[in-house]
Amino acid sequence: MQPSLLSSILFATIVAGTPLIIAAVGELVTEKSGVLNLGTEGIMSMGAVAAFAVTVHTGNPLLGILAGMAAGMVMGLIFAVAALTFMANQVASGLALSIFGVGLSAFIGKPYESVALPSVAAWNVPGLHRIPVLGHAFFEHQGLVYFSWALLGGVAWFLYRSRLGLVLRAVGEAPVAAHSVGYNVVRIRYMAVLFGGGMAGIGGAFLSVFYTPLWVEGMVAGRGWISLALVVFATWRPARVMVGAYLFGGCMITQMFVQGSGMHLNVPSQFLSALPYAATIIVLVLISHNKNTIRLNSPASLGQPFSPEA
Amino acid sequence: MNSRKTVVTTLGGMIAASVLAAAPAAPTQVGFVYVSPVGDAGWTYQHDIGRKEMEKAMGGQVTTKFVENVPEGADAERVVRGLVTGGAKIVFTTSFGYMNPTEKVARAFPDRFFFHATGYKTGPNMGIYNARFYEGRFLNGVIAGKMTKSNIAGYVAAFPIPEVMQGINAFTQGMRSVNPKAEVRVIWVNSWFDPGKEREAALTLISQGADMITHHTDSTAIVQAAEEKHKENKNVYAFSYHSDMSKYGPTAQLTGTTHHWGAFYTRTVKEVLAGTWKGTNVWGGFKEGMIQLAPLNKAIPADVKALVQKEEKAMAAGKFHPFAGPVVAQDGKIKVPKGKTMTDAELGAMDYYVQGVASTLPKK
Repeated sequence: MQPSLLSSILFATIVAGTPLIIAAVGELVTEKSGVLNLGTEGIMSMGAVAAFAVTVHTGNPLLGILAGMAAGMVMGLIFAVAALTFMANQVASGLALSIFGVGLSAFIGKPYESVALPSVAAWNVPGLHRIPVLGHAFFEHQGLVYFSWALLGGVAWFLYRSRLGLVLRAVGEAPVAAHSVGYNVVRIRYMAVLFGGGMAGIGGAFLSVFYTPLWVEGMVAGRGWISLALVVFATWRPARVMVGAYLFGGCMITQMFVQGSGMHLNVPSQFLSALPYAATIIVLVLISHNKNTIRLNSPASLGQPFSPEA
Repeated sequence: MNSRKTVVTTLGGMIAASVLAAAPAAPTQVGFVYVSPVGDAGWTYQHDIGRKEMEKAMGGQVTTKFVENVPEGADAERVVRGLVTGGAKIVFTTSFGYMNPTEKVARAFPDRFFFHATGYKTGPNMGIYNARFYEGRFLNGVIAGKMTKSNIAGYVAAFPIPEVMQGINAFTQGMRSVNPKAEVRVIWVNSWFDPGKEREAALTLISQGADMITHHTDSTAIVQAAEEKHKENKNVYAFSYHSDMSKYGPTAQLTGTTHHWGAFYTRTVKEVLAGTWKGTNVWGGFKEGMIQLAPLNKAIPADVKALVQKEEKAMAAGKFHPFAGPVVAQDGKIKVPKGKTMTDAELGAMDYYVQGVASTLPKK
């Protein structure tokens, strides 16, 4: 394999995995607090359209990201009010939020369908991007790619090394106990849901402003659902979310390279297209085959409503 | 009080009477079922332009109604039925997956008329229509063959069905007709619409040497990707499909194959209203105006432009066919010998690559 080919595959893999990582890490924090928000697809759609609209009007992709995050947080807030304050069924509220977000983003996005944005320039990491092969693959990306790495590190540190992270996990494991020692369970869950919404919004912003600089209805194309699945298969571990996201992106990109190269393959292209899903599931199931790790990592109160009065 | 009321009633009656007298027969309702949102470019967008053109051409004789983003399957039948019971006399359903639902409803309502795009089932009150997109694809290929530096073109394709195969093969035939060294590489994304994936496929093909790219999917992503490469000073050109996408790639889009349904819709609705419609199976190309080339980019040299225009005229006149023999399959088998032309039935069953396609066709 030529080095330039390898580095293009790695490069494309990282780009394809980035929106999945950002959205999935947000959802991971939400779920660690014991809340299951299935609205990611809708939140990403809203983030994508908000980011696109703001970038079109201001010409500033950074403001676009902030708008995507804000839109995601508003969506998260809607979910939180329904699921945490009014204790509506979390699964149903999340699904409703997905449908609502996809529909509303299409409505808001109508006037933007004809607009094309210039692509956002990459930022090369000084020095590092000159490393042969790996330099291009890892250090010549748009800003949000580096953000996804920082986010992963930050969230891993927060969950396992910080006091607040411990509290968050306690709330997800044993809300009654956390409540009895004086923590405001509902408030902490609100914050976790808002964070998850904001990150899903940024994931959407990545798609519409950075990845394919355009807005069209349905452009999130199931990536919200994939990131939800990644969280479960990664058994709620940030590092494994990254493994899953890159594996998924990598399989997608590699099968494209194989097809384009004209290599002789006796398998249906539909199978190749399904490969990323299958491979991701298989690998993540293998690395978490130990039942104890699943039991240890899955938040015990996931999806269960909590009322301080009860 | 009383007299005023009388005056008002009388006046009202007079106005109503005069309006009724002046009004022509109630306009006929025509319904459309779309597979995706109308959007700003693409398959459904072109059908919607056709709908508007027809409505305009018919004056006040018709009103139109459309339902967008209708899934292919059980839902489609409900939507078609809903349009009919809502008063539509004529219904156009514009995606392959609507074929069986349309046929079912057509049988249930023998006094209404149904037209299905890209299918093959007809009936006493059901016609079908499609366009010969491959004619445009051939000419795109001619331009690509003349303008490529790397002799490699890339093709982002959705699903391995005959219509897509026709496009790939026609493009390849066109490219090879002017440049025997040229090859076409194909990536199947197995989705009609996923801008992210389409873009990745385009970038993959470009990184593998393609400097001409085109697609048979629904978004503008690949034209945009080519435009971005242009900004990086790489000469990558694109051919749009469905719609003119030059807005998304003013430098990169050389031309494209565009769809035009307005004249067909107008003619069909007129025939139905006049009672002259007889079962039709319309498959139109340049001749019928159902396809056209998007405006040719300035970057195309004058002699290439002249060649393309000459071949377009020849196709419209029926003197030239993109699949005139010899058509040789990838494995060397002769599909159409010299002197013969591929029949419509053979075109409709195309399931192989022609010589010049470098990729291997994935098994079904």
